[in-house]
Amino acid sequence: MPNISANLAGIKSPNPFWLASAPPTNSGYQIMKAFDAGWGGAVWKTLGVPVINVSSRYGALNYKGNKMIGFNNIELITDRPLADNLREIEEVKKYFPDHAVIASLMVNTREEWHQIVKDAQNAGADGLELNFGCPHGMCERGMGSAVGQNPIALETITRWVMEVAKVPVIVKLTPNITDITEPAKAARRAGADAISLINTIQSIVGIDLDNLVPYPVVGNQSTNGGYCGPAVKPIALNMVKNCALDENVRLPISGIGGIETWRDAVEHLLLGASNVQVCTAAMHYGFGIVREMIAGLEDFMRQKNFETLNDFIGLSLPKVKHWEDLNLNHKVVATIDSSKCIGCQLCYTACEDGAHQAISVSVDKGVRVPQIIEDNCVGCNLCSLVCPVDNCITMERRDDITAPAETWADYAAKDKAPTTFNDQRGGGVGHWNPTPKEAWDKRKNNR
Amino acid sequence: MPEYQRPLTVAEYEQNFAQIKPDMSATMAYNESARCLFCYDAPCQQACPTGIDIALFIKQIHTDNLQGSARTIYNSNYFANICGKVCPTEVLCEGACVHNHSQNKPIEIGRLQSYASQHAISENIALYAVPKEKNKGKVAVIGAGPAGIAAACELSKAGVEVHIFESKSSPSGLALYGVAPYKITNQEILEEVAYLQAQFGFSIHYNQPISSKEQLAKLEADFDGIFLGIGLGATNPVLANTQNWANVWGATEFIEQLKTDFQKVVIGKNVVIVGGGNTAMDAASETARMGAASVKLVYRKSKEEMSAYEFEYDLAKQVGVQGIFGLAPAQLLGDNSLKGVSFTNEKGETVEIGCDMVVLATGQQKQTQFLSQIDGLTLNKQGKIVVNEQFQTTNPRYFAGGDAVNGGAEVVNACAEAKKAAQAMIKTLFS
Repeated sequence: MPNISANLAGIKSPNPFWLASAPPTNSGYQIMKAFDAGWGGAVWKTLGVPVINVSSRYGALNYKGNKMIGFNNIELITDRPLADNLREIEEVKKYFPDHAVIASLMVNTREEWHQIVKDAQNAGADGLELNFGCPHGMCERGMGSAVGQNPIALETITRWVMEVAKVPVIVKLTPNITDITEPAKAARRAGADAISLINTIQSIVGIDLDNLVPYPVVGNQSTNGGYCGPAVKPIALNMVKNCALDENVRLPISGIGGIETWRDAVEHLLLGASNVQVCTAAMHYGFGIVREMIAGLEDFMRQKNFETLNDFIGLSLPKVKHWEDLNLNHKVVATIDSSKCIGCQLCYTACEDGAHQAISVSVDKGVRVPQIIEDNCVGCNLCSLVCPVDNCITMERRDDITAPAETWADYAAKDKAPTTFNDQRGGGVGHWNPTPKEAWDKRKNNR
Repeated sequence: MPEYQRPLTVAEYEQNFAQIKPDMSATMAYNESARCLFCYDAPCQQACPTGIDIALFIKQIHTDNLQGSARTIYNSNYFANICGKVCPTEVLCEGACVHNHSQNKPIEIGRLQSYASQHAISENIALYAVPKEKNKGKVAVIGAGPAGIAAACELSKAGVEVHIFESKSSPSGLALYGVAPYKITNQEILEEVAYLQAQFGFSIHYNQPISSKEQLAKLEADFDGIFLGIGLGATNPVLANTQNWANVWGATEFIEQLKTDFQKVVIGKNVVIVGGGNTAMDAASETARMGAASVKLVYRKSKEEMSAYEFEYDLAKQVGVQGIFGLAPAQLLGDNSLKGVSFTNEKGETVEIGCDMVVLATGQQKQTQFLSQIDGLTLNKQGKIVVNEQFQTTNPRYFAGGDAVNGGAEVVNACAEAKKAAQAMIKTLFS
């Protein structure tokens, strides 16, 4: 049985699945229910001076019949009095002493930060998360992402917190910034114990085309919100990777962004996260969704013979290189398994219009299986990505696997890399490329 | 105990003849449309006799552009909702769907088509800028069936004044009188025709059969061109003296009676259907759903040789119809009342099957006598009207489409042919 217990900067939890600071962690009742359902930890809905929220608050991006592949909110921090939240933190810890309860915090002045840090610690919080990420509503008041976007402010405030913190401090980062490692490094300089990322991305999720008001609609107006859900995972993974690889960050990471399944969680861990935080999936499917994550994680670890999370945290990082370190000699081409092909010809039209005209179809309309023109194929993957049938189009290796790899630098050293505008060593030279008008006319006549 | 009780009320009738392609909800249409792959050079479109851009109209349903979706369908086929329901989609668009090759269910194209077109019909959306003044010339259409109405739509859209002459009191011919009631309701058919008529502004003159040479001469004098959408005639008589028996029906006549006034139809306890085509399957299903205790479908050749689509035979079997093969009908049995039918098997032996009702689904006659009155019109050996690629007959002022030309096919074929004929009329008569 694999051991899935997690440890983020000394904060232990029975598994790496925490609920992120958000509506699912608004109250003690919800968090107790979540722990009962299997969640390992929860970051409390951000504490501060209570707010008044608007109605409505959420918008969604749906795709092809799938609801909420992206999700957007304009809700602010807690709207409940601090004393109520603190009392409930204490109560949750009483019944779930082994689960991680983290207090998310967002206030203004040094005095306020000192006070609320002490209050949260006294209530029994296992850690603190500083909300420097919220990109809507609070940032206009100089908090949330306004801090996260300003490394000096972030460093200053984190130092105020560290002055009185007795439990681990996690700095939550906003992705609404050019280089995520800058605020991460500021957190490191201030002495924080960990970082969590990403918070939501500033967004407008869509517009009601009847009355032309963006979602979510408040009367006949709207505002930009924070974007999350499955669609943001690629952005989150890249930022987690950037922080994990940066020598000057070197802080434990709590991965957040687009995690709905065990696969998403494992990917965050492989890129250096020590645990993960989840919100949208719980808002979509309820707390029960965690049972799929725990089961999938354990099965993955069993299959890979990983005994603990540390056996694979960060394991994909050495495989992420800069572009210029990639092997230019690596060559794959597409092959179509005609026994699996259903004849939709999406690969054909994708390659024909969107890539390198390396797939042909028969003039006989009864023959629907396309053919790869290997000479034209650059191995871009597009056909295999649009193919609706699993493993019908696969990419096959064509270069000499015994030959040494050569990077751009190697090419340059051997005088094989192009350097001038009309350099004949360019990769596309010699590639099939028809005379435009001639080919276009021929095509029209074929129709 | 039969599967179905004889329906006495309209509600019971509707229950027995529940729609096999029921209307989709908005959620169903959204989810179903999401499954469409948007194939290149889509096989479904190639399989459609009217060539509807199916991938496009499905995408338009998914993006909640129902008006655009309806326009895409009507651009190719004026019987949009009707064809969505009555087309044999299993062997056309849905049969060609690439999902079939991965053991996935094909997209329910017919139901999606009806979903989008019903939106245009129920909201009475004007999809085209049809000229109010019809000053491009005049065309007479004989027969308000699918062919005649489709031709009228296409001609009217181009500004041609169209008058349809129909012998019956309602439009749409076999679509109304001949299609099985579990495929579409009469009300839906009439609604679509009314929608088309309101939008395109052609006239239909009901109860005005064109049958004599004099009537044809008047049409020729009053109109620039004539479109023949006359369909087929009465059921082929394969048995002698069928008219002497009250409970011996031609299939087309039986279905028409059923769809006109089901309460007046007397159904026998033990029914024999003669024939192996799609109409035979319909008649078999219908008598079973009307409460017959036993329905035997008797075909002179083997099961494999039946011209009916497999799914149509399946529909009949599902309601308890029993197929009997290799028996050719010989004569009706009984003195004062029908006792049965005698058949001849492949060995030449006589086989008797007892019954108290017979429906002959043995094909419809061509209307050769009427057509012989048109000067210069050529019929082929089977009595079908000879036309060129443009659906122009050998009398250049006459064009034709539908069953009278193809010998009896689907509604969708009639629509496709009539549209082509109308386009050719516009080109040759009015430009």
